[in-house]
Amino acid sequence: MLYRIIALVAKEFLALLKDKKIRFVLIGPPLIQLLVFGYAATFDLNNVRFAVYDEANSSASREFVAHFESSPNFHKVGDISHSREIQPLIDAKDVLLVIHISPQFTRKLSLGEPAPVQVIVDGRNSNTASLVLNYTSTIVTNFNVQWAQQTGGTSPPVYLQSRAWFNDNLQSRWFLVPGIVGLLTLLVTMLVTAMSVAREREQGTFDQLLVTPLRPTEILIGKAIPGFIIGLFEATVIILVAVYWFDIPLRGGLLTLYSGVFLFLLSAIGVGLMISSLAVTQQQALLGAFLFLVPAIILSGFATPIENMPNAVQTLTLINPLRYFMVVLRGVFLEGMPFELLIPQLWPMALIGVTCLALAGWLFRKRMY
Amino acid sequence: MKRGGSNMRLRALVRKEFLQILRDPSSIAIAFVMPVVLLLLFGYGVSLDAKHVPIALVIEQPSADTAAFSSAFYSTDYFSPVTLYNMPSAEAAMLAGEVDGIVHLRADFGRDLRHSEGAPVQVIVNGVNANTGRLVLGYVNGVWSRWLQQQAEEDGRSLNVPVQVEQRVWFNSELRSRNFLVPGLIAIIMTLIGALLTALVVAREWERGTFEALMVTPVSIVELMLGKMIPYFVLGTGSMLLSVAMAVWLFDVPLRGSFWVLCIASSLFLLVALGMGMLISTVTKNQFLAAQVAIIVTFLPAFLLSGFIFEIESMPAVVQIITHIIPARYLVAILQTLFLAGDVWSVILPNALALLLMAIILFALVWRKSYKRLE
Repeated sequence: MLYRIIALVAKEFLALLKDKKIRFVLIGPPLIQLLVFGYAATFDLNNVRFAVYDEANSSASREFVAHFESSPNFHKVGDISHSREIQPLIDAKDVLLVIHISPQFTRKLSLGEPAPVQVIVDGRNSNTASLVLNYTSTIVTNFNVQWAQQTGGTSPPVYLQSRAWFNDNLQSRWFLVPGIVGLLTLLVTMLVTAMSVAREREQGTFDQLLVTPLRPTEILIGKAIPGFIIGLFEATVIILVAVYWFDIPLRGGLLTLYSGVFLFLLSAIGVGLMISSLAVTQQQALLGAFLFLVPAIILSGFATPIENMPNAVQTLTLINPLRYFMVVLRGVFLEGMPFELLIPQLWPMALIGVTCLALAGWLFRKRMY
Repeated sequence: MKRGGSNMRLRALVRKEFLQILRDPSSIAIAFVMPVVLLLLFGYGVSLDAKHVPIALVIEQPSADTAAFSSAFYSTDYFSPVTLYNMPSAEAAMLAGEVDGIVHLRADFGRDLRHSEGAPVQVIVNGVNANTGRLVLGYVNGVWSRWLQQQAEEDGRSLNVPVQVEQRVWFNSELRSRNFLVPGLIAIIMTLIGALLTALVVAREWERGTFEALMVTPVSIVELMLGKMIPYFVLGTGSMLLSVAMAVWLFDVPLRGSFWVLCIASSLFLLVALGMGMLISTVTKNQFLAAQVAIIVTFLPAFLLSGFIFEIESMPAVVQIITHIIPARYLVAILQTLFLAGDVWSVILPNALALLLMAIILFALVWRKSYKRLE
C-alpha cells in the first residue's frame, strides 16, 4: 500500500514539476508578492501632505505649524493665502489636510481663551482620514501642554500615559506580514490541489486511476501529499523571509507555529480536493477555488478585524480555516502565545480538514462521468 | 459582400462565446455571483471602523472621582468597558484576547487629581493590530479631553485649552468606510471578469487547440479577438452597472459625479483588463498557468496596490513606482473621486489618459503576439 502511494505521489510531482513555467510559478511569484505586498500593505501614514492657511501669521501661529512640520508623518506642501485655494488643492488630492488658522488665533491665545484652528481633511479614504485626525489631535495636545507650561498655566488634572503591547511603535507591517504568510500559503496550496483531480478528470486519466488496484483512500492520500509538501515548503520560505527580511519578531515556539501550519495545510488541502472532485473541468476547479479564496481572505481578519463585522458575518467566519490560522500566526509571531492558548484555534482547522477530506474521498467514487 | 461576411462571422463567434458562458456554471458564478458576494461582504461585512471595542477599566480604589472618569467610557459608542479591580486580571484578559486595551487608574488617583501635577492614567493597547491599536488610542484621547472639558465646566472655570481644533471631513463627513470601499470594489470586480475570466477562457482554447482550428477558417485574427472581447465587455459592463446600482440604492453611497463619466472611465478600464486577459492567455497557453499569472499580476495587485484599501502615498518609493503599472490604481482614483467628490477633472483626466494609453499598448502587444503565431 505504501509503495502504491509513493508511486502516485511521484507521478503527481512529475506531472506538476515537469513544466518549467509551472515550476517557476510555484516559487517566483509568491516570493515577489511577499516582498511587494510586505512593503505595500500598511495602514501607517508617513507622508501626509498638508497646506497651511495662516491668517494670523504671528510667531505663535508659526510655532503651532512648526509642530506639524517637525512630525515625521507630515509633509508640508505649501502655504495658501486665500480660502478659495483650499478646495482645488483637496479636490485634486494635492493635499490630504489643510490647517486653517483664523485671524483671532494670536489674540485669543494670549488672552487664554481657546484659540480656534480648523483642520479640513479629505475623507475619500475614511480610514486614512480618521488616522490623520488622530495624528492631528496628538500633535495639538502636545502643543497645548507645551504652551500651558511655557505660559505658566496649570496642567490638566489627568494626563494619559499610553503604551502599546507586543508592537511598541504600532507598525502595521508587523500585523500584516504574518497575515500574508497565511494568504500566500493558502493560495498556492489551494491551486495545486484544486487542479490535481480536475486535470485528470478533464484528460480522462482519472477513470484509469480508478481501475488500478489503488483504493480511493490511497488516491486521496496520494493527491494530498504533493500539495502538503509544496505548501510546507512555501510556508517555510515565506516565514524565513518574514523573519529575516522584514524583521518581524518570532516570539513563540517553532513547534507551535508548525503545528498551526500543519493543521492549516490539512484544511486547505481538504477544501482544495473537495472542489477538485466536484469540478468536471480544470476551469471549473480554478473558478471554484477562486470562489472560495476571495471570501476566505476577506473574512479572515487579514486586513479588517473580525470584531468589526456584523454578528451574522462573524458566525460565517467560523467555517473559514484561514481565520484560525491568522490568529495562530499573529499569536505566535507577535505575542509569543504558548501551545495551550492556541488549542481553540487548532482543533477547528483539524475538524474542517478531516471533514473536507472525507467528503472529497466520498465524491471520488460518487461523481463519475 | 466581404463586409457582410465579416459581420456574420463576428456575430457567429460572439454567439458561440455567449453560449459557452451561459452553459458553464463556473463562469456564471464568477460573472454574477462573485460581484454580489463581494459587494455584500464589503458593504455589510467588512469595516475598518472599530466600534464597541472591549477594554478593561482597572480601578484600584473605587471612589467618586474614578466613577466620574470611568462613566465617560461607558457613555460612548466606541467602547464596551469591563471594570476590573487589579492589574494582573486585566493583563490576563488582554493576553487571552478578551480586551483590546487597558485603562488603568491607580490607587492614588483621587489624591493626585487635586495635586498640581495631575493624576497619571496608564493606557495600554494591544498593538498586534496596529491600525485598531492606533484608533483605540485616539478614542481614549477623545474621551479624556471631553472629560476634561466637562470637569472644567462643572467647576465653573473655563478650561485652559490653548488651541481648540475644529475638525472638518470633506466628502465623507461620517467617515463611513463603506463609502470608500464600495466604489473601489467596482475596479476589483471588473478586473475579475475582464482579466481573470477572459484569461482562463482563451487559455482553454489554446490548450485544447481550438484556437488553431479557428485560425484555419476564414475568420481573421481581428475578428477572433473581437469575438472574444465583445461578450466579456458586455459581461463586465453589466456587472459594473449592477455594482453601481447596489452601491447607490442598497448601500447609500452618494454618487456625486456624473454617471456618464463613470461609464466612460470604467469602459476604458475594462478594455485594459480585457487586454491583460488576452495577453496572459496568449503567452501562457495553459489554464493552470493563466490562472496563476492572472491572479498574481491582475487580481492581487488590484486588491493591494491600487489604493483600494492601502494608501499608495504611504508605500515605499519603489513600490509606489510599481503601482503606476497597475491599471486598477487609475480606476480606483477615478471611482473614489467620482462617487464622493464629484467631477473633479484634475483627477479624472490624467487617470483616464493613463488608462487609454495602457489599453493601446496592451492591444498592440496582443495583436503582435497573435500575429506572430500565424506565420
